[in-house]
Amino acid sequence: MTEHTSAHVQETAGPAYRLHAHKPEVSARRARAFGSWYYAEHVLRAMNSYRWTLLATSVGTPVMYLFAMGVGLATLVDRNSGGVFGGVSYLAFIAPALLASATIMTAATEFTYPVMDGFKWRRVYYGPHASPLGTNQIVHGHVLAITVRLSVTTIVYFLIVAAFGASPQPIGVLAIPVAVLSGLAFGLPLMAYAASVEDDKGQFALVMRFIVMPLFLFSGTFFPLSTLPVFLQWIGWISPLWHGTELGRALTYGQELPAWLATVHVLFLLVLAVVGLRLARRVYARRLGR
Amino acid sequence: MPTPPTGPPVISAHRLSKHYADFKAVDGISFDVPAGESFGLLGPNGAGKSTTMRMIGGVSQRTSGQLTIMGLDPQEHGPEVRAHLGVVPQQDNLDEELRVRDNLLVYGRYFGLPMSYLKPKADELLEFAQLTEKAGARVDALSGGMKRRLTIARSLINEPKILLLDEPTTGLDPQARHILWDRLFRLKESGVTLVLTTHYMDEAEQLCDRLVVVDKGRIMAEGSPAQLIREHSTREVLELRFGSERNTTVAGELQGIGERLEPLPDRVLIYANDGEAALEQVVSRGLRPVTSLVRRSSLEDVFLRLTGRSLVD
Repeated sequence: MTEHTSAHVQETAGPAYRLHAHKPEVSARRARAFGSWYYAEHVLRAMNSYRWTLLATSVGTPVMYLFAMGVGLATLVDRNSGGVFGGVSYLAFIAPALLASATIMTAATEFTYPVMDGFKWRRVYYGPHASPLGTNQIVHGHVLAITVRLSVTTIVYFLIVAAFGASPQPIGVLAIPVAVLSGLAFGLPLMAYAASVEDDKGQFALVMRFIVMPLFLFSGTFFPLSTLPVFLQWIGWISPLWHGTELGRALTYGQELPAWLATVHVLFLLVLAVVGLRLARRVYARRLGR
Repeated sequence: MPTPPTGPPVISAHRLSKHYADFKAVDGISFDVPAGESFGLLGPNGAGKSTTMRMIGGVSQRTSGQLTIMGLDPQEHGPEVRAHLGVVPQQDNLDEELRVRDNLLVYGRYFGLPMSYLKPKADELLEFAQLTEKAGARVDALSGGMKRRLTIARSLINEPKILLLDEPTTGLDPQARHILWDRLFRLKESGVTLVLTTHYMDEAEQLCDRLVVVDKGRIMAEGSPAQLIREHSTREVLELRFGSERNTTVAGELQGIGERLEPLPDRVLIYANDGEAALEQVVSRGLRPVTSLVRRSSLEDVFLRLTGRSLVD
């Protein structure tokens, strides 16, 4: 960094050297074409300033959960399960669920507080908003950056799952994009909601406690959805976590999954993500353009 | 003196309005800003200055009227208009998770500027903003004045020909304000068109070639600071304080002195071309003010005359 600086100072100090910005028309054309990437670049640079914390949690979380549940609890469960887990170890059964839920929980944080920060606390969105970027590009750029962030977390998680031997099938690696898609399916509608919140009076904490936690517990994460009483099974059906987990299980250890149901899972996640993104774009445009 | 217009205006507003559900923030204002001019919108809080700035900045839609910046309508050519501008918003919105210099770099990227340009440019601007030693510092460690200067440096990263400044020195201490004024004056000298809002008359007098006095979304008067004072006030003002109880009661006994009398809760203003002579008349009537002060008329007096209210409540 410092080497760079001094090199350029020398350049500008050179007698015949005068540097100018390109014309506004060029700025506008580039912003129209690549604006989302420019904003994503900004967000990623900001995230980079706390990369070690991110990496530590990305590694620490799976190791902790997999040991506690997949090794500790599993010794008990495997002895008494009576085959409800489709003939695989408890570790293999919960690994794809833990993977998807880690991504979703990260998404729940990334799509709420930073959004509030953009609009209200530090008003980060209003800087790019005054530049050639458009509101849709601010939304897309932020989503892109968070997608990168979710992918890194998910890849690290999956590598640890694989190290535990909990993804026996090679195709299991596709559980990574599935988990990221689940994170977006949950996160994008949440982003639209977060953008509509004028004042954080603890709404996000409520979302964590009364939406994220119940989904985590009742989405067939720790036991098959079918073992729940019928009147609670709907929670799984509306939960991106359950749809993502079921796809993950088919991929990592080959749990049986008819093609039509796989299609339903993928479509459900895609529709949630797309609808969430469209809503977010509308709310952002309205709030930034006031 | 106002800079003579050189060619077509860079900003042109005609009957520009912005209405919200329950009130008219901007109510049919018209003005032109020629290239290189330093143009001010002076008015109290809530006059519609910021709303006007946001429309010029291409981030807020107008309700009616016409508006062009460099001949372009910001509602149709948002990115093109914003690419021409440098914007210093009322509230700083720096990214505090980034270092000082990185704030300039990421902002420059929004204009698609390459790093080979941005790195030396960022250093040049930090120098201009007197922040070179702070290049690697965290933004939250900066003082209010430094943050403001960084925001101005950021607004210059694309070498804009037009700079929009919304309340550039509000909340800064006097020394920080003077440093900032000096920097803005240099920009003006280098040919940048400045458009600024302020509710400080001294700021308007220091920086503006021409200004409009805005109140309740309408333009009350327009001209250079000297012109406005000449047209709407006397050369001098005599300020008298008789103690808070007596100011209004004594006003009756002052009738006929100077051209005009303005009794305020805390003092009485006598508008006269010769303040000392007016004071002599006051004394000869047997009145003994607690304090008396003769000063030049300012934009504050113009505003008081036009609206019957003070700029800063």
